Parts: sequence; C-alpha cells; structure tokens
Amino acid sequence: MLSVSVDSHFVHKMWQDNELVRMVEGGVPFPMLSDSPGNIGKIYGVYDEDSGVEMRGRFIIDPDGVIQAIEILTPPVGRNVSELIRQIQAFQYVRKTNGDEAVPSGWQPGKPTLKPGPDLVGKVWEVWKVDMAFD
Amino acid sequence: MKDLKIGCGKPTGSKVGASEKGKKTVDEPESIKETVMSIAKVGAMAPDFEAPAYQKGEFGQVRLSDYLGKWVVLCFYPGDFTFV
Repeated sequence: MLSVSVDSHFVHKMWQDNELVRMVEGGVPFPMLSDSPGNIGKIYGVYDEDSGVEMRGRFIIDPDGVIQAIEILTPPVGRNVSELIRQIQAFQYVRKTNGDEAVPSGWQPGKPTLKPGPDLVGKVWEVWKVDMAFD
Repeated sequence: MKDLKIGCGKPTGSKVGASEKGKKTVDEPESIKETVMSIAKVGAMAPDFEAPAYQKGEFGQVRLSDYLGKWVVLCFYPGDFTFV
C-alpha cells in the first residue's frame, strides 16, 4: 500500500500525528508519498490542473509491475475497501491459475469460477446466473 | 525506505522493471522527454517514479520499482486533512 497526495512529507507527518493516530491505532503503517508538483499524478491521469490536487485514483499493480485495475473518483465520494480487497483476491486467484480460469461478475472467494474454452462458448448462461452478480 | 535525498516526487521516465539503460536522463530536451513519458493504463506496465515519503516516524525516498515481486495498491487522494 502506497498513498500519494500533493502534500509534503512534513504535512503527512502532521496529519498522521494529529488525526490518523486517532482513527487507526499506531497510525497508518504504509509509506505516505509526497507528489508536491503533481508530476506522478499527471502520468497516472489523476492530477487536476484547475484545483491543483489529485483525484481519488486507485491502481492495483501485480508483482510483475503490470497495472491490473484502475478506479478514479472525484473528491467528494470515498472508496469501498471491501471491493478493493475482492478485486485483489480475484486477480491473485487468476494469476495462480496462470489465466486458465476467469472470475465472473460478483465473484467472491469460494464462489465458482469459469474455465474459458470451446465448451463454454454460448453456455455461460448454464453455469452463471444474474443473481450471482450480487452478494 | 531509502535515506531521503531532498527532491520532489517525479517519474523516472521508465516503466517498472525496465533496465537502467531505458532510464531517461535530465539532459534530454523537454519535448523528447514528454513524448516518451509513459501514461498509466490497465494491462500495461506501471510508469515508475520516486518520491519523498513519511512512514512510521521516518522520512525516506520510495521508488515504485522497489516493490517488484509484491502486489501494490497505489492510492492517490486530494489532500491531508480533507474530510472524506
């Protein structure tokens, strides 16, 4: 986990010491990065020139350095951490099968996966139902 | 984290895991630097960068490529002390 904003690392320390420690015991454990000119945010497509800040961009990067998922929200709406964890679990599962299996919409650990191949063409409706898209 | 060299957050100009010879130097004209600058997209290698960081009482320098071999969640947000 790496967090990034345009605040300096000094301000990160003040935020951790004055507020985050009151939300999370011992404060957040991950590195809080400073991107004060917004240069990193620009190449990740999350820096807003008008407001001078970065949007709520979230990137899941696999062990090979490949970006597997991107979510970008405007400032007033917070993220869903459960969905982030579900996506990481899904990408880790697919990676473990070397891509032999795919996880359908609504998949959670323990739920059935799909094995793409000639036998499954036109037959997804037999093994995956619409209500499986929801928890 | 590595010891802090005073600097700002900046892209290294290469992808995560790219060899050092793929690294851009500061001598290159700005126009060339911009055309080779990679943009993040799903399914592609993450653009590498380094930035000063604060973690558990210490300042240091973090480089994305130091995390090769691990899953990474990279989270941007509007600012410290904001409400959401």
